[in-house]
Amino acid sequence: MVDVASPAPLADASQQAVAAVPNKLEVRNLTIRYGSEAALRDVSLSIREHEIFGIIGPANAGKTSFLKAINRMDVFTSGMRVEGEIHFAGRDTRRLNNVYALRSRIGVVFPLPVGLPMTVYDNVALSPRLRGITEKAELDVIVQRCLTRAALWDEVKDRLNALGSLLSGGQQQRLTIARALSQEPDLLMLDEFSIAVDPVTTMRIEDVLKELRQEVTIILVTNLVQQARRLADRTAFFLGGECVEIGVTEDLFTGEVKDQRTRDYVEGRFG
Amino acid sequence: MATGTQALSNRATDARPAGDFDRRNADWYFDKLIAGVVFVCGISAILFVLGIFFFVTKEGIGFVFEKMDFREFLLTPYWSPSDAEDPEYGILALMAGTASVTGLAMLVAVPFSLGAAIYIAEFASGKTREALKVLVELLAAIPSVVWGFIGLVIMNPLLIKWFDIPVGLCVLNAGIILGLMAAPIMTSIAEDALKAVPDRYREAAEAMGATRWQVIYKVVLPAAKNGLLGGVLLGVGRGFGETMAVLMATGHAVNIPDSIFDSVRALTATIAAELGEAVVGGEHYQVLFTIGIFLFLVTFIINLSADLIVRGIRKG
Ligand SMILES: Nc1ncnc2c1ncn2[C@@H]1O[C@H](COP(=O)(O)OP(=O)(O)O)[C@@H](O)[C@H]1O
Ligand SMILES: [Mg+2]
Repeated sequence: MVDVASPAPLADASQQAVAAVPNKLEVRNLTIRYGSEAALRDVSLSIREHEIFGIIGPANAGKTSFLKAINRMDVFTSGMRVEGEIHFAGRDTRRLNNVYALRSRIGVVFPLPVGLPMTVYDNVALSPRLRGITEKAELDVIVQRCLTRAALWDEVKDRLNALGSLLSGGQQQRLTIARALSQEPDLLMLDEFSIAVDPVTTMRIEDVLKELRQEVTIILVTNLVQQARRLADRTAFFLGGECVEIGVTEDLFTGEVKDQRTRDYVEGRFG
Repeated sequence: MATGTQALSNRATDARPAGDFDRRNADWYFDKLIAGVVFVCGISAILFVLGIFFFVTKEGIGFVFEKMDFREFLLTPYWSPSDAEDPEYGILALMAGTASVTGLAMLVAVPFSLGAAIYIAEFASGKTREALKVLVELLAAIPSVVWGFIGLVIMNPLLIKWFDIPVGLCVLNAGIILGLMAAPIMTSIAEDALKAVPDRYREAAEAMGATRWQVIYKVVLPAAKNGLLGGVLLGVGRGFGETMAVLMATGHAVNIPDSIFDSVRALTATIAAELGEAVVGGEHYQVLFTIGIFLFLVTFIINLSADLIVRGIRKG
């Protein structure tokens, strides 16, 4: 097998500051189209190992499309075309023989919680089972660990056999996160996870994410700019299919921006 | 007991190094295999349809090209294929028979099955609901010859008594029988379509103060209309293709009906009744297969337009 040489780092000021950390994800000239309409134009960025990378921007900025392209979920959407290169762990995701192997390494949390119509236990045990783990004792450990990490264990430990789809919204979203963690992902992508979740649960999930940072790389798409500020090491601002700005999160919020539109959006003076 | 600080995974023993995106494992090959198998199943459906069409056409096509007079065939009501000197092959009366019976059957079945489906899906609860569903499915499983029997033995004398007519085997009889026969399966499909409408739609509408009927009429029925239409078209197809019950309940007389009390004869019943006595490969035999081609084409057109209608609804 040919080992693809790790790509040269992009000439980006904020990147040179921490040049020693390897890149988890390299995106080059990514353009996403639906039919003839471009949803995302010529985006280049890189995401480092073990950082939380925030993406902020108003609706229809292309944030969800960006996540879909990384995971190769574009095949589920007819008419969606992806141009450019996405390198994950040094591999070009457009040229993989086994895209299922790629997806199994990337956990995704969608905006609306998806408790699959099976028990809480089976929800979390699904991915381990898919990769061939059958032993009950081993599964028990994984289920408990993932539910604990997702701050849900205490609430469901007495009803692991209840239907996952019958939990409350906030619980289902944590179940979704537990399920994503059960994949033992290298990369966790969250798409506006707090849309259908109460503030207390949101805070609990944010704490979970802070802890996870040590083990996984996280892409956090959020419609709450303050959430990006609380969590993200670096943040990108998407607007109307354009990646307007990428920078250290704190810089974006203290006004050290290259583009006036970023400041306006962050300060809530938009449109 | 695991704690929050426990490592997410043990990277040292991780069996899946990040570089194995190129390794096609057993799961990957199994996936391809299944894709191949279901592809063959899907394609074979097409092959079966083509095969049947080919067979039916082969038997009937000789007549179509050599002797058939399209005007006579489609536009005259005279059907006397066994006349040795001057056989006549006009299917207008047979078409009228099929159309009148199917039409009346839909008049009976559509409101009936829609009402039943609305009751089962929206009003009945618990045991009633379950019992009704089982009963409806049971009704759907009654063989058509039993329905024909009911038409012959029960409906016939009843119609004669009520309407004071000489024969009770007529459009009305067959239409009712066929309607009752198609209703259970239509009810079942319509009920599925209604149940597939998410409860949050009902809740959202009910929260605005809409009455139960308003919720059904304004929200649930429009949301379910694709499935409902599908059920109706399946019913039309059933009526159109039904043979045995129609043979027994129509009176089987070649006739363009003036009223619902006239006896008629259906296209399908004609094939069933006459194919046995027709000489294989002879003209009569070929004409019967030509009717088969005709039925095939009409069914195709009904299905195609149904598909287009449903697509139109989806877009709109
Ligand atoms: N399945 C789709 N078909 C056609 N256009 C789409 C589809 N999904 C998204 N789009 C368009 O792409 C643009 C970006 O959408 P999206 O990636 O969902 O943005 P965001 O997540 O930032 O709100 C929007 O203009 C949207 O209308
Ligand atoms: Mg989105």
